[in-house]
Amino acid sequence: MITLERVYILTGAMFAVFAIGRALDRNSARRWRSAAFWGTYALSFLAGSYVPDLVNGLILIVLVVLAASGLARAEPAASITERRAAAQRNGNRLFVPALAIPVIVLLGTLFAKVLHLGEVALFDPAHTTLVALAFAVLIALALGCVLLRVPILAPMREGRRLMEAVGWAALLPQILASLGALFAAAGVGRVIGQLATQAIPMTNGSIAVLTYTLGMAVFTVIMGNAFAAFPVMTAGIGLPLIVGRFGGDPVSMCAIGMLSGFCGTLMTPMAANFNIVPAALLELPDRNGVIKVQIPAALLLLAANTALMGVCVFRR
Amino acid sequence: MLVISGIAILILGFALRLNPLVVVYVAGVVTGIAAGSTLTGVIETFGRAFAENRYVGIVWLVLPVIGLLEHAGLRERVQTLITTMRAVTTARVLLSYLLLRQITAALGLTALGGHAQMIRPLIAPMAEAAAERHGPITDPMRMEIRAYAAATDNIGLFFGEDVFIAIGSVLLMKGFLQQNGYAVAPLDLALWAIPTAIFAFLIHGARLLLFERRLKSARNALR
Repeated sequence: MITLERVYILTGAMFAVFAIGRALDRNSARRWRSAAFWGTYALSFLAGSYVPDLVNGLILIVLVVLAASGLARAEPAASITERRAAAQRNGNRLFVPALAIPVIVLLGTLFAKVLHLGEVALFDPAHTTLVALAFAVLIALALGCVLLRVPILAPMREGRRLMEAVGWAALLPQILASLGALFAAAGVGRVIGQLATQAIPMTNGSIAVLTYTLGMAVFTVIMGNAFAAFPVMTAGIGLPLIVGRFGGDPVSMCAIGMLSGFCGTLMTPMAANFNIVPAALLELPDRNGVIKVQIPAALLLLAANTALMGVCVFRR
Repeated sequence: MLVISGIAILILGFALRLNPLVVVYVAGVVTGIAAGSTLTGVIETFGRAFAENRYVGIVWLVLPVIGLLEHAGLRERVQTLITTMRAVTTARVLLSYLLLRQITAALGLTALGGHAQMIRPLIAPMAEAAAERHGPITDPMRMEIRAYAAATDNIGLFFGEDVFIAIGSVLLMKGFLQQNGYAVAPLDLALWAIPTAIFAFLIHGARLLLFERRLKSARNALR
């Protein structure tokens, strides 16, 4: 069975190749620092499941310190004339590997249940999409190297270029997810929920609805994740007040409440994988460029959600 | 009460534009210590959580493929194709992608889009080329088109996926309600996501059309 652990090893190997590529580049400033950063991240993928927690903790500290001290810049891409010439040469063959990734992920996810090696499932049933993604990448790489007639090292060099363009922001989603775990263990959510309920007088259903949807959005902005906000706000305001005191419907309340949280996700740098990483990936000069475009839509949708809940939740 | 000091550090750190990795790390350590843990204890907890969340980093596996294709001229090929299609505009490219992303996410196919796999190699170059067909665009305009492309992926995903009955958030809601004594079917929760999905399409769609008009007048001003 292809487990998540195998995919970690593949990912670790890729970062190790990036680190070696950076170390071999004699011309660049900060070459060793960057090589150490990507090498340490590779180590985290390769060894993370087998070393004690303290070692994982030290790996994380090394990553944070190296990132803060500044990494090497990405090398420039091929010139536009070179790329235009390549585009002419390769034509529509270029779309085959590009579209192979979503198609294979789709097929892998849909047919994971029937793919078996003897008695054992080919893909780890708990992580079908991630395993299918790794599979799709390998096939797309092979297709790309054959169809476009490039040496196997070319994708590694170009992959490193893109990775270095994203830089330390690549780690932000993962470290924020870890922070969420720490917050949960420390009971941060419970304390905030108590503060919110104490501060606002809940005299009628509309105020409770408004507090709940706004609370979901604001709390999601702080935590970066609507899943963290949902249990706190729903246990603190939703169930006791909207459902308990004012007789609202728990189903529509929860569904619309969660979506109000998603409006918060659109507005916060804490949701790094949706907001900060794409800004880096698309080489926007402003780290918050994506958030700025999303804020008006998020506020309008939050208002729409609040109105919708106000109208629907008490109709029974 | 002390445990929310971590949140104050986060807000302050982001406002001062310090390196976010450092800000998040310090906020985590302060929160852990405020909750009564030792320094070594926090370092261990943080390390374990970081290792457990490695699956978040798997998406970077696609970069070698995307880098290879870009090196081989994928973006330029996309632009050539778009230039031959007369009816294509930036807003129409992004509107079609928004609809596609919402529908596929509502069917549970959330892995079909994404910033690394779709936006950077295909959708953003399409949207840029559609704008450039009518004349040159400035760098800030190009960056705004890219930001809209990224936003379209997010909005399509967020307000499509909850219509699917087996997505994480719907299961979380069902589990939470069950724990609190309310038995509900995932389908009922998913149905309640449909009105917001429609609102999201209308709101972001209208903003895309307005953006197209702004692009047009900016292009006219350039001429």
